[in-house]
Amino acid sequence: MSDTMAEAGRVELSGLDELWFQVAGTLCNLTCTHCFISCSPHNDSFGFLSLESVEEALTESVARGVREYYFTGGEPFLNPELVPMLELALGYGPATVLTNATVLKDEWLERLRAAEERGPYSLEFRVSIDGPDAATNDPIRGTGTFDRAMRGVELLVGHGVLPIITMTRTWPDGEDQRVLGRFREVLATHGCDRPRLKVLPRLLIGAEAERTCGYGETDRVSAQMMHGYDSDQLICSHSRTVTDRGVFVCPILLDEPSARLGATLEEADRSFVLQHGACVTCYQYGAICTNPSGQAFEQMVGRIEGPVGDGAGEGVR
Amino acid sequence: MRLAFFGGLYSNYLALEAAISDARRRDVQELYCLGDMGAFGPYPDRVVSMLREAEVFCIQGNYDDSIGNELPDCQCGYTDPRDNLFAQISYDYTLSNTNRENRRWLQQLPVSSDIERNGVRMHLCHGSPRRTNEFLWESTTSDAFLDRLIEPSGAGLVLGTHTGLHWTRTTRSDRRFVNVGVLGRPANDGATHVWYTLVDVAERSAGPVGQGESGVRVEFVPVEYDFRRLSGEMRGEGLPEEFAETIETGWWTTCLEVLPSRERRRGRC
Repeated sequence: MSDTMAEAGRVELSGLDELWFQVAGTLCNLTCTHCFISCSPHNDSFGFLSLESVEEALTESVARGVREYYFTGGEPFLNPELVPMLELALGYGPATVLTNATVLKDEWLERLRAAEERGPYSLEFRVSIDGPDAATNDPIRGTGTFDRAMRGVELLVGHGVLPIITMTRTWPDGEDQRVLGRFREVLATHGCDRPRLKVLPRLLIGAEAERTCGYGETDRVSAQMMHGYDSDQLICSHSRTVTDRGVFVCPILLDEPSARLGATLEEADRSFVLQHGACVTCYQYGAICTNPSGQAFEQMVGRIEGPVGDGAGEGVR
Repeated sequence: MRLAFFGGLYSNYLALEAAISDARRRDVQELYCLGDMGAFGPYPDRVVSMLREAEVFCIQGNYDDSIGNELPDCQCGYTDPRDNLFAQISYDYTLSNTNRENRRWLQQLPVSSDIERNGVRMHLCHGSPRRTNEFLWESTTSDAFLDRLIEPSGAGLVLGTHTGLHWTRTTRSDRRFVNVGVLGRPANDGATHVWYTLVDVAERSAGPVGQGESGVRVEFVPVEYDFRRLSGEMRGEGLPEEFAETIETGWWTTCLEVLPSRERRRGRC
């Protein structure tokens, strides 16, 4: 580190709440231009996880008290063993699969809904669609992908699934409400009348760094910035990601050699230095990868000490 | 020995009054409330007076921490803008209608408590043993996670509230979690009653102290109350029509976006 750069922040693993599986590696049927790990049909820098390796990690996860499991890629449903993986995971805890919904099959959804009904845990489907219409989505995700994803949504709804629709914000922040409103209208016309919507910030790495711009050298989380900050907001404090190339700190930094923390969960049980530009985005927005139902919400600090002060009457301040 | 646990009052003093009466009819010896006294309903001072009058042992919820310390919001941690809008309307009303003495009382409540009755150790909290505003939903809380949360307390039984939905599970390690439900609003099931929890602890249960929950019986109790009066008073106070609708229909209309899919599917909205 140069003398001019501030010391980077460091985050301890407080406990393993979420375990991520990079089940499809970096292989995807789509080539989205904002993908932070540049997934495509040809990017095999990370490969498929095997059912055996997932089972091994699930078994190990019990002693660590893992709360829930996430399955991602690439496109997870490209892995021919994904359905048995999810069936298996639901015996251990709640599971979430992050999909583009363009390759779903009735038979898979029947099996997965049945597996969910057999146990106490939720199976969440998070569907990535990057705008409420083809004009917004398709330039990012590819021609025809909006219509294909909507057919996937219809399929999910037909099987009684209430998907979480996630969208990466490629519009000005101030337009969120307009976009979300339009999304609700459009989804309703596809039978999805109780959509759960989650807006994600852009991560300026991978393909997105080529499409727009990357992080600057000063975009870093310093040790000083961590003072008084609730590190539970960062998934690196309560999560790890299993890939076919070892265990990583999070599902975002796969292209960073320093993010590979070891070959096993045990080896990956150590602190992480927030030395990457993308860490700033997580710092700003909180645990962007986690479902709303499992997100750790900041409790306020610096509250008033001692008795409530006088002078407020019955009123408000 | 019989204990009653109330959760999430949300200013519903009519339900609290009915629940205290119901518990006394059932020969309950100790009354507990696991926090979130205010929110949603009218006249927040009334539940505080009742809790103190009935000598209910109270735990502080995130709402009570916020009101007691006059923080800017309720710390419920919703992510959806609509949910946050309604939460803020409710919070601003509650803060401006809670008197100073009650704010001070809410401020000094303990965030957790450990009790032992007939050899059974119980840990009382609001959200989870590690965090006041953590949501422990039935469908997104694994057995392994429950064991990890409960173990440091040394308790065989942990009781919390916060989500608004009652449930219980005993882990393979024989530790039990009980979400005692809430008296503040119905359980998103289309019925107008609300819920509290009875815990019976048998005289000197078998097994080593603090381990397991053998000899413990948990019963969720529905409470009928004058919900029409409550919804009328909510309208009279200018609270959102959506809140009154929930009281009258039993279906949640707000604060839904944090629900996992399984819990959400059971509702109407």
